[in-house]
Amino acid sequence: MKNKRDRTRLLSGPYMFWALAFIIIPLCMIFYYGLTDRSGAFTMSNIVSMATVEHSKALWLSIGLSLIATLICLLLGYPLAAILAHMKNRSGIIVFIFILPMWMNFLLRTLAWQRLLEKTGVINSILSALHLPTLNIINTSYAIVLGMVYNFLPFMVLPLYNSLTKIDDNVLNAAADLGANGVQTFLRITLPLTIPGIISGITMVFVPALTTFVISKLLGGSKILLIGNVIEEQFTQTGNWHLGSGLSIVLMIFIIFNMVVSAIFDKNGEGNVL
Amino acid sequence: MTGRLSSILKKIYIVLIFIFLYAPIVTLIVLSFNASKSRAKWGGFTFKWYIALFGNSDIMEALYTTLMIALLSSTIATVIGVLTCIGLRRMRPGTRSFVLGVTNIPMLNADIVTGISLMLLFVSIGIRFGFGTILLSHITFNIPYVILSVMPRMKNLNMSVYEAAMDLGASPLYAFLKVVMPELLPGILSGFLLAFTMSLDDFIITHFTKGAGIDTLSTKIYTEVKKGIKPEMYALSTIIFVTVLILLILVNKPDKNNKAKESSPSPIVLP
Repeated sequence: MKNKRDRTRLLSGPYMFWALAFIIIPLCMIFYYGLTDRSGAFTMSNIVSMATVEHSKALWLSIGLSLIATLICLLLGYPLAAILAHMKNRSGIIVFIFILPMWMNFLLRTLAWQRLLEKTGVINSILSALHLPTLNIINTSYAIVLGMVYNFLPFMVLPLYNSLTKIDDNVLNAAADLGANGVQTFLRITLPLTIPGIISGITMVFVPALTTFVISKLLGGSKILLIGNVIEEQFTQTGNWHLGSGLSIVLMIFIIFNMVVSAIFDKNGEGNVL
Repeated sequence: MTGRLSSILKKIYIVLIFIFLYAPIVTLIVLSFNASKSRAKWGGFTFKWYIALFGNSDIMEALYTTLMIALLSSTIATVIGVLTCIGLRRMRPGTRSFVLGVTNIPMLNADIVTGISLMLLFVSIGIRFGFGTILLSHITFNIPYVILSVMPRMKNLNMSVYEAAMDLGASPLYAFLKVVMPELLPGILSGFLLAFTMSLDDFIITHFTKGAGIDTLSTKIYTEVKKGIKPEMYALSTIIFVTVLILLILVNKPDKNNKAKESSPSPIVLP
């Protein structure tokens, strides 16, 4: 028996090798590049460079915009998930409808917002036909937040929906029987029980929003630089990989912080999207 | 009375979000039928972009690369992922949670960091950028989706049935294929489909690992952004969207005659 046990264990060998070669070593490479200069000598200057005016401005803007986008996703997504969770019989189809847009290419969907928001775009044509003031948010931070909310809203709704459908109706009925009104039931039963979903949704939205460079490029014009744009340029244009890696290390600190918070609140993986 | 009002409000809310989600999709579909090449003006209805699409070797090549990468990477990821799940069962809990922790990294880490880290790896081992590097990267981010889809099924598996099969004379492989496999199949299928769609939709990781001279649809669109997107691309994305829509309706359609309901895959809603 002991022998057989060992043989089965070997089946995960290929993946252990794969994870080492393509997950762990690449991450070490980022640290190696980030902590050295072109001659290979140790330096902290790539990391400290985040504090320069140019880079810290991009970082704070990214943090600000992604926090706003995450908050909007939560405020829009919670009621949506709650409504979907209550439509017991038809919810499958409705969830399906909300996820379907994700199958159209992400770049094209974001570009379509460019077409919709342009000065002479669809939305402004409709507004001016109705003699309403036009909306001029393309190439501003507002358009970037809109793009973030649009692209990442499903990542917020799915974990919320999963944790809401897991709540036993009897618990809610018991609260009502014991005299709790709607608000009390929500605050003391529903909300605490959905915290894993909320945390997981926040992580799923905040990390991609914080690190995006595509949305800012397509909807923010060339003037607004987020930290993702700064890092991407280091690798595809200016070519200082050491600086790009150093800035990525700083970015990873935020990501790791986010992971730790979600691990603390969601020990059982209840808010998992899958 | 309030119940009725709130149900109307709920419907309005869902419709508004629905409009928000579908406005860009409708825009893209409309643009694919727009005779005027200028994006702002409506120049009449046409099918010409759909016809031009099949003559556009650039786009067709990118489509072929995208589909090949998606198919190969999700297949290889599924094989590796399933083997891993079987192996992990027999491991010490400590090692197991370490492996699962590492598996979470590509899922939780930012795509830009994953992309850069793989690019740095490929540069330092001197591998030539191209189809191979894209494939390796896609397998890497696809394996976790397979593991996370199969693992819950693996945990619920009753191994006594497998041992019983062997006590009754089945070989380990036969017992595995006849007893364990049917239990895992729904998880394997949804993991495969999840991996396939993730690969299809990826832009960021491909952007950093592709090198010159090869394009997937996403990177092709990205390079076209500056010059202006060719309307053929709208036509292609409309075709893909409608195809996926039809396929999903067929897959998710409740089949009343299907007796083997439990072995049918759960509704696939995640991309």
